[in-house]
Amino acid sequence: MRSQWETVIGLEIHAQLATKSKIFSGASTAYGAEPNTQACAVDLGLPGVLPVLNKEAVRMAVIFGMAVEAHIAPYSVFARKNYFYPDLPKGYQISQMELPIVGIGHLDIDVDGVSKRIGITRAHLEEDAGKSLHENFHGLTGIDLNRAGTPLLEIVSEPEMSSAKEAVAYMRKMHELVRYLGICDGNMQEGSFRCDANVSVRPKGQQEFGTRAEIKNINSFKFVEKAINHEVERQIELIESGGKVVQETRLYDSDKDETRSMRSKEEANDYRYFPDPDLLPVLVDEDFKAQIKAQLPELPQAKKQRFKDSYALDEENATILTSSRQLGDYFETVVKESACSAKICANWVTGDLLAALNKANLEITDSPVSHERLAGLLTRISDDTISGKIAKQVFEEMWQSTATADQIIEAKGLKQITDTGAIEAIIDKIIADNLDQVEQYRSGKDKVFGFFVGQVMKEMQGKANPGEVNKMLKEKLK
Amino acid sequence: MYNKTIAELARGLRSGEFSSVDLTLAFLDRIKQHHSLNAYITVTEEQALQSAKAADLRLATGNAELLTGIPMAQKDIFCTEGIKTSCGSKMLDNFIAPYNATVVDKFNSAGAVMLGKLNMDEFAMGSSNETSYYGAVKNPWDTHTVPGGSSGGSAAAVAARLAACATGTDTGGSIRQPAALCGITGLKPTYGRVSRYGMIAYASSLDQGGPMTRNAEDAAIMLQTMAGFDDKDSTSVDLPVPDYRAGLSNSLEGLKIGLPKEFFGEGLNSDVAATLEAAINEYRKLGATVTEVSMPSLKLAIPAYYVIAPAECSANLSRFDGVRFGYRCENPADLADLYTRSRGEGFGKEVKRRILMGTYALSAGYYDAYYIKAQKIRRLISEDFKRALSEVDVMMGPVTPSTAFGIGEKIDNPIEMYLSDIYTIAINLAGVPAMSVPAGFAQGLPVGLQIIGNYFAEDRLLNIAHQYQQVTDWHTQTPKGFE
Repeated sequence: MRSQWETVIGLEIHAQLATKSKIFSGASTAYGAEPNTQACAVDLGLPGVLPVLNKEAVRMAVIFGMAVEAHIAPYSVFARKNYFYPDLPKGYQISQMELPIVGIGHLDIDVDGVSKRIGITRAHLEEDAGKSLHENFHGLTGIDLNRAGTPLLEIVSEPEMSSAKEAVAYMRKMHELVRYLGICDGNMQEGSFRCDANVSVRPKGQQEFGTRAEIKNINSFKFVEKAINHEVERQIELIESGGKVVQETRLYDSDKDETRSMRSKEEANDYRYFPDPDLLPVLVDEDFKAQIKAQLPELPQAKKQRFKDSYALDEENATILTSSRQLGDYFETVVKESACSAKICANWVTGDLLAALNKANLEITDSPVSHERLAGLLTRISDDTISGKIAKQVFEEMWQSTATADQIIEAKGLKQITDTGAIEAIIDKIIADNLDQVEQYRSGKDKVFGFFVGQVMKEMQGKANPGEVNKMLKEKLK
Repeated sequence: MYNKTIAELARGLRSGEFSSVDLTLAFLDRIKQHHSLNAYITVTEEQALQSAKAADLRLATGNAELLTGIPMAQKDIFCTEGIKTSCGSKMLDNFIAPYNATVVDKFNSAGAVMLGKLNMDEFAMGSSNETSYYGAVKNPWDTHTVPGGSSGGSAAAVAARLAACATGTDTGGSIRQPAALCGITGLKPTYGRVSRYGMIAYASSLDQGGPMTRNAEDAAIMLQTMAGFDDKDSTSVDLPVPDYRAGLSNSLEGLKIGLPKEFFGEGLNSDVAATLEAAINEYRKLGATVTEVSMPSLKLAIPAYYVIAPAECSANLSRFDGVRFGYRCENPADLADLYTRSRGEGFGKEVKRRILMGTYALSAGYYDAYYIKAQKIRRLISEDFKRALSEVDVMMGPVTPSTAFGIGEKIDNPIEMYLSDIYTIAINLAGVPAMSVPAGFAQGLPVGLQIIGNYFAEDRLLNIAHQYQQVTDWHTQTPKGFE
């Protein structure tokens, strides 16, 4: 492929913070209300109103900063970013420019089993704008200011990703992290988590960066990969055919799978940032940081190591189970509540349970099978009441009902038969009915053994303890 | 009865000499009679009479405050729910505020009677009240001269007894300068002492509301109601509000007054200088000692102010875009046309001039040279004030270089107009409180004495002004034709 080219990618992620009210007003941030019903005088930018900082947004930004081991600024400043747009009520956005609340940090990603550390340049607090509605207004534009003033954390990475794959891995990891921390609901359809990608290419081995293009507003993992790949192709083709990449902002069109120019550097706004005189500097002292540190949940990286160490889980299971706080909690509760080994619990949670949840498009928190019920089921495997195979059948029943594993086992008569007398009688009958096969086995055809196991299990409707059946068959067929 | 102070009116209301309705009717009558002064943009006759009736009931229960039943007026920069709040601009000629400014709420709950909304320079940008969309206000002392600005309507209304008292706002002298030119008492509090919520912003880091009254005691009464922390204004200061009347009678024996030598140099009208010298002599008689102080950075105040204030205003006024409220041009062709014509037609010349200056100062490549440098100067000026006020208790000087100038005299010369605020602007940059107190007359027009104090020393300023008013009668003078 294009082996002589190298791609350089940096991402700016906008995570909507999960505060109840807006960053500078008391209006609700809930999604989906009737247009302009969640916009108060401050959000509308009425004459005379003033912003008051929501402390919860600051707390969440600090939590994030700690989770990516970043420097938390003891003194950060809100600034006005000036531009005119109908959905920007004040004619400026309150953001942070020179002194952001979160400084240099990092996030580790895994791509194809290889770990890579991506630098985080900064993360700053800002308010979201409203929305322009272009449909159903007969040539006019409607403005919905419900979203105006919603708190955003803009997380800027270093240009340290070298493929679309890495960019996706970074975006996914960040998505997991903000949800894990409980500071963002991560809902990408509703725009709670979106990103801009800065993309450039350079000949392999060249030190300085190529000219970059910024691709705006990408709101899915699939699109980030496609948009970057498309943009890389475009830039390489352009350069190889003698052209030059210009610094510009481009928009990704997912329908056509292409990026197109929005505005060039020359057309770019001069935002005339200056400190917002309506707001005091944000002071984060050591006490506040210590308080937040004490409330900080165990972070995914540390939890993954602990799962590997104390539950003897493999890399894959540990990664999956620490991808969300709720999944990890569910798993640990099942381990605690069941008499089963952690390994079997992990296999069940990452296997049958997650498969069923994915199929039904449900989150772990909405699982129809509670951790108590799953633990009850797994306990019956470990005490040999049922086999693993029967357990899958019971699990399916549990998914459809609210019954416990024991109730289902009882009602359906699925209890495993460990009575050696009963098993022996069946084995004797099978041997008597299939003398040819007995002959074959005894003459060295080991494969026929499976035939006998199958016949016994069939006769006993799968309820015989497989270990017992094997042992006795081997004895009788000697 | 309209010729009385708040304190006297409050006594009259309690003794039954007159009711709040009587008072309100009398003031409403005077407002009509002196309509030609153009002090009011909106007169809220009906609401005023309703409030007066409510105030009379409250007075009867004995549960009244000093301001209960007192007819006053609000500068039209304070948002008043259900009432037009124009800020002196065509841009907001159709704007009915849906909420009250904190200051307005406070006067309402004190039971004050609002007579109406007072004329002002457009968006508080001006020193003569001539930039108002509603036309110039006339100075009651000489109707050919300006009342000063931007709180010109407030100053004229109080001087002509068209309200017992009024609110004003001061970004670079907008309370003190018109108070001086109209012969009334005006106080610009420490930045952060009075909530700015609902006060339409001109330059957020400098704007401060304050009282405009007949004397210092009235200013103390008004400030008592206006001052205090507001959780809706992050820049308001959470400090206890002292009893501003408690110390009015304190002796001035041993008071150390500093005269900044930069205030008495070239440019100060000699008659004004002589009047001020006489006033300062009164203070000597009251036991004060007078020394000269120096504030070397003062000469940089006007250039620094005319970077910082326009920079902030250029962003503050962006919300007036014709989209959600206020003036919108006819038949806009597209978005750019909607913006340019709504703003082009809705704003006056001076407002546009300052938006342009501010936009320029904040632009890429100029920011460091203008905005950052101006902020450095601002810090130097604050240091000057802190140092000087550690040597003396208060500083005194002129409010304006001359008495009221003629209507039309300076309006076409912005630089000359800006220079008329030379003695007031530095105080806003430093954030300290200052007063203008009537100190005599020069060529028949009032002269104001400026008293500058330390941060949150409003009580001290009021005491110093009050003691002077006990031995002088400049503040009781009424312009001819308004007795």
